[in-house]
Amino acid sequence: MWADAGLVAGKDLRIELRSRVGINQVLPFSLVVLVLFALALDPDSGTLDAAAPGLFWVAVLLSSLLATQRSFAVEAADGNRDGLRMSGLDPAGLFLGKAGAVAAQLLVLEALLLVGISLLYGTDLASFGLLALTCLLATLGLAGAGTVYGVMAFGLRVRETLLPLLVLPVMAPVLLAATRSFEAAIERDAGAATSWLGVLAAFAVLYFVVGMFGFGPLLEEA
Amino acid sequence: MSETRRSSSGRAPALLGWASLVLVGATVGLGLVLPKSAEQAEYSRLIAIHPPVAWVSYVAVVVAAIAAIACLLTRRASFDRLNIASLEVGAVFTALTLATGSIWSRPTWGVWWRWDPRLTTEALLLAVLVGAVALRRALPPGRGRAVVTSVFSLATLGLLPLVHFSVELWRSQHQRGTLLAPDPATNADSPYLGAMFLGFVAFTVLYSWMVVQRARIEALEEDADELMLGRAIAERRAEGLGPSDPAPGVA
Repeated sequence: MWADAGLVAGKDLRIELRSRVGINQVLPFSLVVLVLFALALDPDSGTLDAAAPGLFWVAVLLSSLLATQRSFAVEAADGNRDGLRMSGLDPAGLFLGKAGAVAAQLLVLEALLLVGISLLYGTDLASFGLLALTCLLATLGLAGAGTVYGVMAFGLRVRETLLPLLVLPVMAPVLLAATRSFEAAIERDAGAATSWLGVLAAFAVLYFVVGMFGFGPLLEEA
Repeated sequence: MSETRRSSSGRAPALLGWASLVLVGATVGLGLVLPKSAEQAEYSRLIAIHPPVAWVSYVAVVVAAIAAIACLLTRRASFDRLNIASLEVGAVFTALTLATGSIWSRPTWGVWWRWDPRLTTEALLLAVLVGAVALRRALPPGRGRAVVTSVFSLATLGLLPLVHFSVELWRSQHQRGTLLAPDPATNADSPYLGAMFLGFVAFTVLYSWMVVQRARIEALEEDADELMLGRAIAERRAEGLGPSDPAPGVA
C-alpha cells in the first residue's frame, strides 16, 4: 500500500513539476486572493491584521479546490481512469498517493502564503511549531476530504461546478479550527489551540478512513 | 424492485400518512392551547415544533448512513432508495430547523440570524445535504450511483458529532439541551414538555411517511428510465427491420 502510495504521489508531483500549473496558476491565484482581501478590507484600519489568520485559510481553502480539481483532471484525459482501475495498485494506496500529492502541494503553497501574509499584512508569525502543526493537520484534512469528494465527482460533466458545492461546506470545520489554532499560535497561547488541533486531527482521520476504504469502490463503480 | 413498489403502495404508507396528519395536527393544536410562558410569551409555543424538527434532521442522517452500510453490504437497490430518500427528506427538515430557529431567534435574541455555532453547523449540514441531492442528480442511474451516495452518507454521519458537540466546544449562546439537563423540569414546564414529546413522535412519523413516499417515487423513476430505454431499443430495432433494409443487425 505505502509503495503504491509513493508511486502515485511521485507521479502526480512529477506531472505538477513538469507542467508547472501549481507554480504558474495556483500560487499566483492564492496571492491575488490575499491582495484582493487587502483591497476589500482597509489595510490601515487594523482589520486586516486581526483577520489575517482567517484570510490565510480562506486563500488556502480556495487553492485546495484548484489543487483537487487538477489532481483529477490529469486522470480524466486519455483513458487514464481505466488505466488506474486496471493498474492493480492498492486502492488505499491510490487514495493515499493522490491525497499525499495534494497535501504536499498545499504545504508548499502555505509556506509561501505565510511569507505573503507576513509581508503584506504585517502578521507576526510566532510559535512556529504550533503553526507548523496546525498547517500539517489542516492540510491533511483538506487533502483527504478533497480527494474523497473529488473521486465522487470524477468523470461527471458538471464536476467543476459540483465539487465546490460538495467540498466547501464540509471543509468549514477545518477553516474554523485552523483559523482559531492559527490565532492561538500568533498569540503564543498553545493551551487555547489544543481543542482546535483535536478537531483538525479528528477531521483528517475521518476523511482518511473514508478515503482508504471508499476510494476503491468509488473508482471502480462510479 | 417490484417488491418494494408493492410494499410501498400498500396500506401501511397510507396509515403512516394519516397517523402523521393526526399527530402533527395534535402537536400544533396542543402547542396553540398551552398557556403562554412568562419569559417568552407566545413564542414559547415553538418548543412543540423546533426541537422535534431538529431531532428529525439528525435522525435522517443516521438512517441514511445505516441504509448506506446495508446498501454497500447487500447491494440491494431498496437500501439505496432509502438512503437518498432519507438524505432528501433530511434536507427539508434541516431547512425547517433553520426556519423555525430563526423565527424563535428574532424575539429571543433580537435578530433573525446570529452566528451561533449550532445554527451555523446546522446551516452547513443543510449545505452538505443539498450537495448530496445535487451529486445524486448528476450521477447516471446504476450501481455506481448507489456506491457514491452511500459513501457520501457515511462521510456526512462523521460530521454529525461536530454539529452535536459544537455547543460545548464553541461556548454557544444557544440554549443547552433542555432534556439532557440534570433536571429537565427546571428547564421547561411540564405542559410544554408534553407538547414537545408529542412533537418528537409526530415529526418522526411524518419523516417516515415522507421517506417511504420518496423511496417509492425513486423506484417509479427507475422503472420509467428502464421503460424508456426498452422503448428506445425497440424503436431502433424496428428501424433496422424496415422494408428498405431486409438484413436486420447489419450496419
